[in-house]
Amino acid sequence: MKNTSDQNISKIKLSKFLRPLITFLISSFLLYRIYEVVFIRQQFTPDIWVRFAISGLILGGMYALIAIGYTLVYGIMFMINFAHGEVMMLGAFGGYFIFELFNFIPTPTVADPDLTFLNSQPILSIILAFVAGVTIAGLSGYFLEKIAYRPLRKAPRLILLITAIGASTALQNLAMLLFGPTRKNVINPMILERSAGWSVLVSGKPVLITYTGVFSLVLSALLMVALYLVVQKTKLGRSMRAVAQDKNTAALMGVDVDDVISKTFIISGMLAGAAGVMWDIHMGLVNHYTGFLPGIKAFTAAVMGGIGNIPGAMLGGILLGMLEAVGPAALGIDFQLKDVIAFTILILVLIVRPSGILGEKLSEEKL
Amino acid sequence: MLKVEDLHVYYGAIHALQGINFELEKGEIVALIGANGAGKSTSLNTVSGLLRPAQGSVTFNGEVLNKVPAQQIVRKGIIQVPEGRKIFGRMTVWENLEMGAFIGSDRAVILQDIDSAFSRFPRLKERRNQLGGTLSGGEQQMLAIARGLMAHPDLLLLDEPSMGLSPLLVEQIFDIIQDINEQGTSILLVEQNAQMALAIADRAYVLETGKIVMKGSGDDLLEDQSVIEAYLGGH
Repeated sequence: MKNTSDQNISKIKLSKFLRPLITFLISSFLLYRIYEVVFIRQQFTPDIWVRFAISGLILGGMYALIAIGYTLVYGIMFMINFAHGEVMMLGAFGGYFIFELFNFIPTPTVADPDLTFLNSQPILSIILAFVAGVTIAGLSGYFLEKIAYRPLRKAPRLILLITAIGASTALQNLAMLLFGPTRKNVINPMILERSAGWSVLVSGKPVLITYTGVFSLVLSALLMVALYLVVQKTKLGRSMRAVAQDKNTAALMGVDVDDVISKTFIISGMLAGAAGVMWDIHMGLVNHYTGFLPGIKAFTAAVMGGIGNIPGAMLGGILLGMLEAVGPAALGIDFQLKDVIAFTILILVLIVRPSGILGEKLSEEKL
Repeated sequence: MLKVEDLHVYYGAIHALQGINFELEKGEIVALIGANGAGKSTSLNTVSGLLRPAQGSVTFNGEVLNKVPAQQIVRKGIIQVPEGRKIFGRMTVWENLEMGAFIGSDRAVILQDIDSAFSRFPRLKERRNQLGGTLSGGEQQMLAIARGLMAHPDLLLLDEPSMGLSPLLVEQIFDIIQDINEQGTSILLVEQNAQMALAIADRAYVLETGKIVMKGSGDDLLEDQSVIEAYLGGH
């Protein structure tokens, strides 16, 4: 008995001492490395840095939308919904099929006999693609909770977590069976052609700001503002916050807790669906695996911002997108290693500040 | 109005309520008193629908509530002010009051009710934009009661309203409870502070380890020798 308690004491002392030390060593190494690559080697000119930053910002907007879903669900159920990336993937397929369908409907004119509905009504097509993606993802979120998680409402949290991982795999394989494993090229309407954009001069060199990128970023920002207003100003938002704080007391106010949980999954799914259609439009490739990495990275973003905290998820998403885009260049490593950067950040956050940037200290109740 | 018959409630293997009976007529203040763990809060939570009885029934205005979910019981006019206030700490005072009016839909009525809550509790008006978690214990208790009244209850269940408050505040809270009752709300009061509870109660029940061991009018119980010895510090 005495022996174990001694060991415990030494462990506590060690981690108390080790944590700042590791933090210090890693950050000083990283800072030195960045200084060396950026200022001594000067491998990249300013216009390239701007290009990295822009692509990071766009990607970050999408991560943020997905990360909000993780954080909303965690805030209410204290579970990590690992199938959330797959919800985004299903939304992406919704948008993809709408574009395919509209590109199939001929609307010939004298000037252009090959014109299709996609390009004769591009704005309507885009809107309908989002409607389809958001609806499918919202419904996926709803049924995911209803079928997989609701029967486990009183089960220990670990069981929910394993179920979520299982649901993720199941949805991925379902999509592979339905749509095939090949990557599909998304056909955008001409007004959102992927190679088109505004050219801006940065230190004498042109940098392309793509229409699809600006479109995604602006839409992400609008959706985040909309979500914030829903959570802060509406009755639904208030009941969501009440359920997140105390389910029993919320029920004593007349809130239907199950209904609020359902709606939370629907809202999370809808945001992920919107991110999925943006992924279609900006990235242009979709298959059953599309949601997996963005899903896990958005989870990383949510943890980085402080899980359960909505502004934290937004900040974490943008920050992770930027770090991932700028990181490999700044550290002078291969660009293929950008995923490693994201997950290294996850590990570092968990070691150095488990509660995240904006997160409060985790209370016993939430752990 | 409220009738509880042969109520049995379990927490897993623990038999928390072992067949209790009590009733409350419209306009009454009824108190449940007893020591920690006697089953007072369990009784309230079963009436509110947070716990399900294994046996027996809860009847309100002739309707059996055993299978009605908590959020629907609220709509039937039974509101609980839970033990430990349970204020939404990360919401403002104003938002807490709006949560209390969750079942209401008429905006004008809600605003009017918030106004009357503020005139009953001026302290809350001063702090309306402050987060609930930053209020003092007494202010939180006032907010909890004000929040409960927002739903226009016919029956108000109060769980330990005096817990952790100074004697002066306790007296203030009990005055408010009496005032609410005089305006037509029936009250079921759970208290460890038996002295105060019996003083305002029309009738009271004494609980001991999940059973009702005694009942009577508040005044009679205040003078009962065994109650005095067990709960009033015995003289």
